[in-house]
Amino acid sequence: MSVPFIKVEDLIFTYDDEDSIDKHYVLKNLSLEIEKGSFVCVLGHNGSGKSTFAKLLNMILSPDEGKIYIDGLDITDPEITEDDLFEIRRKVGMVFQNPDNQLVATIVEEDVAFGPENLGVEPSEIRRRVDSALETVGMSEYATHAPHRLSGGQKQRVAIAGIIAMQPECIIFDESTAMLDPQGRAEVMNTIAKLNREQGITVIHITHNMDEAVKADRVVVINEGEVFLDGTPKEVFSNVEKLRRAGLDVPQVTELFYDLSNHGVDLPSDILCEEEGAEILSAWLKK
Amino acid sequence: MLKDITLGQFFPGRSFLHRIDPRTKIIAALLYIVAVFLCDSIMSFIILLAATLALIALSGVPVKIIVKGLKPLIFILAFTTIYNVFFYKGDHILVHWKFITIYLEGVVFALIMGLRIICLLTGSSVLMTYTTSPIMLTDGIERLLSPLNKIKAPVHEFAMMMSIALRFIPTLVEETDKIMCAQKARGADFSSGGLIKRARALIPVLVPLFISAFRRASDLAVAMECRCYRGGSGRTRMTKTHFGARDVILFTATVILGTVIVLSNIYFPIWMI
Ligand SMILES: Nc1ncnc2c1ncn2[C@@H]1O[C@H](COP(=O)(O)OP(=O)(O)O)[C@@H](O)[C@H]1O
Ligand SMILES: [Mg+2]
Repeated sequence: MSVPFIKVEDLIFTYDDEDSIDKHYVLKNLSLEIEKGSFVCVLGHNGSGKSTFAKLLNMILSPDEGKIYIDGLDITDPEITEDDLFEIRRKVGMVFQNPDNQLVATIVEEDVAFGPENLGVEPSEIRRRVDSALETVGMSEYATHAPHRLSGGQKQRVAIAGIIAMQPECIIFDESTAMLDPQGRAEVMNTIAKLNREQGITVIHITHNMDEAVKADRVVVINEGEVFLDGTPKEVFSNVEKLRRAGLDVPQVTELFYDLSNHGVDLPSDILCEEEGAEILSAWLKK
Repeated sequence: MLKDITLGQFFPGRSFLHRIDPRTKIIAALLYIVAVFLCDSIMSFIILLAATLALIALSGVPVKIIVKGLKPLIFILAFTTIYNVFFYKGDHILVHWKFITIYLEGVVFALIMGLRIICLLTGSSVLMTYTTSPIMLTDGIERLLSPLNKIKAPVHEFAMMMSIALRFIPTLVEETDKIMCAQKARGADFSSGGLIKRARALIPVLVPLFISAFRRASDLAVAMECRCYRGGSGRTRMTKTHFGARDVILFTATVILGTVIVLSNIYFPIWMI
């Protein structure tokens, strides 16, 4: 078996300073491995430490204890050079929640160019990357527009293009769909799925939206600073009680089937997809 | 509308002026501004107007847009015109009615001031803001000021701050609008009472605005770090501009403009004030 792209061992993290007495552990003993090319959704209630975990993965924050390996390199090694650090940040890109707070330039293409410019890429190569990144997210025709006139979903796609232009191997989306309307959400989700499928980019998608989580290869639930549940969407969402205890919902269909089977109706309890659920229900009603 | 003041100005294109190095444009704009203030005679104003029209033509920006851009000037123009027409004292009385006396010199001066203000804004914005994106502009300033790096002046940081400020003006204006609406919905009143009462009414707007601005700033800092930002060293630019034939042409033309204006003041001193 190949080495996982991300490997996290016994992470401990706290925002308090070292000598405060009553420490609040945001992450405690969090261990996780993520394969290259996978599409992982991270769930957890507000304040469960998801954003903190994301920021640890590209060294915006550094852990109190524990090890983080990115592509085999130990980024928690105190001897790590600044160049290694920037290489990590290039490999592991991050897209945030509020599209307004992550765009730096007043013209779309100049914003997309920001990352590669920081990396010291040749001008002609930057031009090529910017054009192809905008093409990938379907924003080519807006290349010379001002970002503040775009819709939320469009801004978020520009932000994604800005990360793609750095040619990352993994992109972390920290609730990047949370502030968008349903249409913007769909635009961004399609872009994310496309990046994962066509370019083999590892995706870590932090979300509150269960219907988005259902589309992932794997769902990881973080609760009280630890991995609480981990598995395929079917496996994770079959633990309805456990999820409720962690302050999370399950998709509505799943909840319906769970309650039905709890009341003695002979139906499977691990249905995730609405169409599938509807078919099973109508077949069952006809019986 | 308000949020378009700084940004709506850039007019993407590939005209003669668009393709000139921002540094040349900044210097040319400074020379042009000096030339505007040197204008003193009717002849020099004709030359200045011709030069300004030529600049507009070279920028490829539609005249309609430029005229629209002059709208915020209406108040200043009206004020200076009225002030000069009624209060400027001279020798040639044009109208004398009760306590109002209008002198010929006042009218001429008002005309000159109006023309100066219009040319000043049109010329410098055609040279800079209409044809140069804010990033290119701050980039140009950064490179012009780069000798100051030798005395450890934070030139790159200064330029970065400026371009980020420009980027966030529309966002913050929009947010101010929203907060004001929210406070109005709670019964705040921004449009009545004296100066002090109105100023005080703004506090519930400014406090949330500042808090949100700081949150945005810290979000942006993290986002920039994630995009490998580490200051100016080792950074390249997508559009690398070079001085070329166009730059020489523009620079020479503005120098000639200044010279011709001075000469015309000396040799055709008609209507000199
Ligand atoms: N900069 C910070 N300083 C101190 N505490 C913080 C900071 N950021 C987050 N926290 C705390 O850490 C916990 C986890 O936050 P976060 O990782 O943002 O959670 P999530 O993204 O899952 O909502 C919360 O209790 C929050 O209050
Ligand atoms: Mg969060």
